This record gives sequence, C-alpha cells and structure tokens, in this order.
Amino acid sequence: MQLQYFLILAAALFCIGIYGLITSRNAVRVLMSIELMLNAVNLNLMGFSNYLDPQEIKGQVFTVFVITIAAAEAAVGLAIVLSIYRNRETVDMEQFNLLKW
Amino acid sequence: MNLAEGVQIVSFGLLSVMMIGAALGVVLFSSIVYSAFLLGGVFISIAGLYLLLNADFVSAAQILIYVGAVNVLILFAIMLVNKREDFTPIRNRWIRQGSTGLVCVGLFALLGTMVVRTPWALSSLPHSVESTIVQLGEHFFSDFLLPFELVSVLLLMAMVGAIILARREYIPEEIVSELAQTKALTLQERPRELLTVGTESTKLPVDTNT
Repeated sequence: MQLQYFLILAAALFCIGIYGLITSRNAVRVLMSIELMLNAVNLNLMGFSNYLDPQEIKGQVFTVFVITIAAAEAAVGLAIVLSIYRNRETVDMEQFNLLKW
Repeated sequence: MNLAEGVQIVSFGLLSVMMIGAALGVVLFSSIVYSAFLLGGVFISIAGLYLLLNADFVSAAQILIYVGAVNVLILFAIMLVNKREDFTPIRNRWIRQGSTGLVCVGLFALLGTMVVRTPWALSSLPHSVESTIVQLGEHFFSDFLLPFELVSVLLLMAMVGAIILARREYIPEEIVSELAQTKALTLQERPRELLTVGTESTKLPVDTNT
C-alpha cells in the first residue's frame, strides 16, 4: 500500500464535493457536499499521519478536531436552513438572494 | 496492521469503489433522501479506510459521530424541510454544470499529477504505536491542550446557537406587561396559534419578496 493511492482517492472525493457544492440547488445537499469535502481533508490527514509520522500520530489529532468542527457546522448549518425555509417556504439555492445586493 | 499486502490492496479497492460510487450518488441523485442514505455509505467506507491506516479510535469516532449524529441530523432536517417542490427550471443550466464538471476534472488532474510527481519523505520507522488512544490522549492533554479546550467551548457555542436559530421566533404582541413579569432566564416564546385567535383575517400577509 502506498501513500499516493490514499491521496488520489481524497482528491477525487474533494472534487466530487466541489461539484456538488456548486451545482446542487437543494440547500441540504450543499451541506452534504461540504461534509464530503471535510471528509476528503480528513483522509489526507490520516494518510500523512500514517505514512509520514507513524510514531507520534499528530494527523489523527487534527482529524479529531476537524470531525468536531464538522459536527458543529452541520448543526448550525441545518438550523440556518430550517430558519430560512420557515421564512421563505423554499430550499432552492437560486431563491436565496438575501445577501446578494 | 498485520494484514497481508494482497488483503490490504483488495480491501482498499473495494472500499474506494464503494466510497466514490456513493459520493457520486450523493451529488447526482435527484431524490434528496437517497442522497442522505448514500452519505452514510460514504462515511462508513471512510471509516474502513481509516482502519487500513492504523487508526482504530478515529475510525470508531467517525462511525459514531458522522453516521450516528450528523447523518441522522441531516435526515431529520430533510424530513422537516421536505415539501417535494419542483424547482423552476433555469435556462442554460447545463452550461453551468458542464463548466463546473470541467473545472472539477481539471482540478483532479492537477492534484493527481502533484501527488504522483512529488517525492514524499516517507518515514522508514516501523509502525510501533500499539494503541492509538493512549497516544491521542497524551497529545490532547499536553501539547494540544489549548485547541482541545477551544474546540469544547466552540461546540457548546454551536449547540446553543443552533437551538436559538431553529426554535420559533418570538412575536411581540400587546401583552407586554405580562411578559415583563416572567423570570429572566426563560426563553420567551408563545405558540404560534395565538396569532390567529381573535383576528378575522386569519393569516398575516407574509411578504416573501423582501
């Protein structure tokens, strides 16, 4: 097993996340794409932690931090989506022009 | 990890195919509920990849937090939001999708060539961490103590903020004097049905365009 396999896999997951983040119109799916990108970053950190620093595993520490921040982000993001849905009766990203002009 | 090389490669291939397929399903399915369940598949296969990378504690934490908390939260949000609305079609949307796909493929090619051509300084030390949880605990309480405490405070702040954002808003009415006598630490809100009591025009006009 090599480091490069994991890095390429994480890059593919990150690109899929970017595609979903830009093109999807449902607000919940945008949040799911952000989760995919955070998981790609986690996979990179774990690969580096295993192959470059196997003695003191600092990459896993950062992965735990990223998981925590991702959980907080999911909670706050879904609360914001619920609040916007209650006010505007839609979850379409094209209709959200509150902060546009 | 004392698995044979062939077993590792086969399991890596299976997990990566499962993960990429599920991630593509998350992005490309039209039904949002299928996407949410496939997101759980992505998280589970990433936990399997963590096991291949000698990280047992983070793998268990991944399953507990992502599959057990975040995915369930997303499913609850979908159930609360789901109105089965058909989005109004936008002209020339395929141009946006195509250009985004091109940019993503180009980014993947860039990252792939960078990964392949970089000479990584691979460590030649043996993998001698027998239990990662002891090592992680030592890191958390010695040299990463300040980020650990900051993350705990941030988690508390995010939970309180999410509750305040998602609860019903307080709508002021004429009974302000009664509300002034309530205790200071209670969240002041009333059920929304009281708005329509007594008023003949049943609903307030909701201005959705402002």
